[in-house]
Amino acid sequence: MAEAQNIPVGSTTTGSIAVAAESTVATRMSAPPSFDVTDFPVPHGREEEWRFTPLERLRGLHDGTAVADGNGVKVDIQAPEGVVVEAVGRDDARLGKAGIPVDRVAAQAYSAFEKASVVTVPKETVLTEPIRIAVHGEGGTAFGHQVIELGAFAEAVVVIDHTGDAVLAANVDYLLGDGAKLTVVCVQDWDDKAVHVAQHNALVGRDASFKSVVVTFGGDVVRLHPRVRYAGPGGEAELFGLYFTDQGQHQEHRLLVDHNVPHCKSNAVYKGALQGDDAHAVWIGDVLIEAAAEGTDTYEMNRNLVLTDGARVDSVPNLEIETGEIVGAGHASATGRFDDEQLFYLMARGIPEHDARRLVVRGFFAELVQQIGLPDIEERLIAKIEEELEAAVA
Amino acid sequence: MATLEIRDLHVTVEVENGTKEILKGVDLTVKQGETHAIMGPNGSGKSTLAYSLAGHPKYTITGGTVTLDGEDVLEMSVDERARAGLFLAMQYPVEVPGVSVSNFLRTSATAIRGEAPKLRTWVKEVREAMERLNMDPAFAERNVNEGFSGGEKKRHEILQLELLKPKIAVLDETDSGLDVDALRVVSEGVNRVRESGEVGTLLITHYTRILRYIKPDHVHVFSGGRIVESGGAELADKLEEEGYEAYTKGGASA
Repeated sequence: MAEAQNIPVGSTTTGSIAVAAESTVATRMSAPPSFDVTDFPVPHGREEEWRFTPLERLRGLHDGTAVADGNGVKVDIQAPEGVVVEAVGRDDARLGKAGIPVDRVAAQAYSAFEKASVVTVPKETVLTEPIRIAVHGEGGTAFGHQVIELGAFAEAVVVIDHTGDAVLAANVDYLLGDGAKLTVVCVQDWDDKAVHVAQHNALVGRDASFKSVVVTFGGDVVRLHPRVRYAGPGGEAELFGLYFTDQGQHQEHRLLVDHNVPHCKSNAVYKGALQGDDAHAVWIGDVLIEAAAEGTDTYEMNRNLVLTDGARVDSVPNLEIETGEIVGAGHASATGRFDDEQLFYLMARGIPEHDARRLVVRGFFAELVQQIGLPDIEERLIAKIEEELEAAVA
Repeated sequence: MATLEIRDLHVTVEVENGTKEILKGVDLTVKQGETHAIMGPNGSGKSTLAYSLAGHPKYTITGGTVTLDGEDVLEMSVDERARAGLFLAMQYPVEVPGVSVSNFLRTSATAIRGEAPKLRTWVKEVREAMERLNMDPAFAERNVNEGFSGGEKKRHEILQLELLKPKIAVLDETDSGLDVDALRVVSEGVNRVRESGEVGTLLITHYTRILRYIKPDHVHVFSGGRIVESGGAELADKLEEEGYEAYTKGGASA
C-alpha cells in the first residue's frame, strides 16, 4: 500500500506496516505519558518525537524557559444558545479526560495553564450554527487548555481560529458522548513569527463521529499532535489536514489513531503544498490496531506538492497491527514536485506561468477541501490558498 | 495566410561534458494548409526542432530565426508562442497531478481564445471531439496524462489539437507506440484538422507508417541536425524501401 513517487532531494518518505505483539509507538517516546512536565527530560533533538523539530525555534517551550506573561493570547468564544461556556480551575474533573500529554511541551502546557475553558453541548442538543473560538495572539507567551464536550447524541461544529502572534503551548480535549457528532475546524492562520505547539486529544464515544479539519498556513513553527482514541465500539474518526508551508516555515503534524476497541473506523487525509527555501513540512501518521480492536477499518494518506526548490518534506506513515481480524488497513504517502516539465506542458497550451501554478495547486487541494462539507470554510480556504500563491509569485 | 519560417536555425543543449550542437542550420517554411513530414533516424535532431519551436528551456538557440507571420517566435515565452498559434503535440506528454482534463482543456482554450468559451457550447464541443476520437467521457475527469496508456496520451494530444485550432501544428512522433487502430483514430483526428485548411502541419516521424493515413505535401529527410533532402510524397516511398542508410553514412551530407 505504501507508495513513494518523485521524492525531491532532501526529503524522506518512508512507510512501514509492522505486525507487533506490542506497540513501538509508545516505546519509542522518551517518556510515558504524564501530566507533569518534570516526568519528561528536556529534549535535545535526537529523540524520535523531536528529531524533525527545530528546538532552537520553540522559544523555550521545550526546556522550561518560556514563561506565561499575561500577554499571550486573547480567547473569544461565541456559542449559540444551549451551549455552556465556562472558565474552570485546574482541579476540574473534565480536564485531561480525553488524553494525557505525550511529550514535554504538552506536559509543560498542562503544568502551566491557570484557567481552562470548557465548552459543553448538552446531550441531544443539535446546533445549527457553529461554535466559534477565536484565539488571537497578542505577542506574548501563553499556556492553554480547552475542553469541548458533547453529550450523548449532541451534534456540533466548532471552528477554532488562531491568528496574530504568540508563543503558545496548549492541549485541546474533545469528549464525544455516545452517538455524538463533532466537526472541528482548527485553523492556524498565524503571523510569521508565531510558535504554536499543541496536542489534540479526541475521545470518541460509542457510535460517535468525529471529524477534524486541521488547516495550517502561518507561523514560524507549528507543531500539532492530533490524537484519537475510542471509548466504545462503532466510533468513526475522519482526520483531514491541509497545510501550505512557505519559505522558512516549519509545520509539523503528528497524528495518532489508537484503535483500542472493536469495530471503529478511521480515515486520515493530509495534503500539503510547499514553496520557498527551507519550507519544512513534517507529517507523522501513527495508526495502532490493538489486539482487542477486531473489525477495525482504517486508512491514512499524506500527499505533498513541492512547488519550488529548497523545500523539504518528511512524511512517515506507520501502521501497527496486533490483530488480523480487521476490515481493512492501509496507508499511502507521496511527495511530488511541480516541475519544469509540467510547467512547460501547461504553458505550451497557452496558459501563463502564474495561472499554471494556480491550476495545479487548486487542483491538488480541491478534492480535500470538498470533503470538509462546510461551504463558508471551503470558500475561505480556497481564498487563502490563492492568497498564499499570490504572495509566492510576488 | 499564416506562415512559419525557420531560417538557419542552430540549437545547442547542455550535456555532461559541455555543450552540444544538435541543430546545425535548419531551413524550412510551413504555410497554413500544407503538411510537411520530417523524417529521420533516431538522434538526428527531429525532436529538438519540435521542442525548440515550442520554447522548451532545455534548448539554447545559438543562431538563426523563426518567425510566424513575420513575428519573432524566438522572442516569445512558451505560452506566448501557443497563443500566437503554435501547437506542439508531444511525444511524451507530461502528467499533471491534481488537474483534471476538463479543467485543463477549458483553461487552455480560454488562454488561446482570449476569452472563456461559453459553457454550454463548450461542453458540447468537447464531448463531440472526444466521441470522434473514441474517448470515454469519464476521461475528462481524470488528471492530465496521469495513468494514461500510450494511446490515451496521444488521443489527448490530438483532442487538444482539435479544440485549440492552431495555425501551425508540430506533431512530434505522434505515431510512436500506437497500435494500428489507435494510429488510425489519431490520424483521422489530424486529418479533420487539416481538412479545415487552417493549419500548417509539421509531422515529425521515424516511420513511414503514419504517412499512409496522413498524406504529406512535402517530405524532408532530417539527418545530422539539418534537412538533407526535400521532395514530395514519393520521397517517403523511397525511404520506406531504402531506409535512412544513405543519409546516415554521410552520403547526403554534402
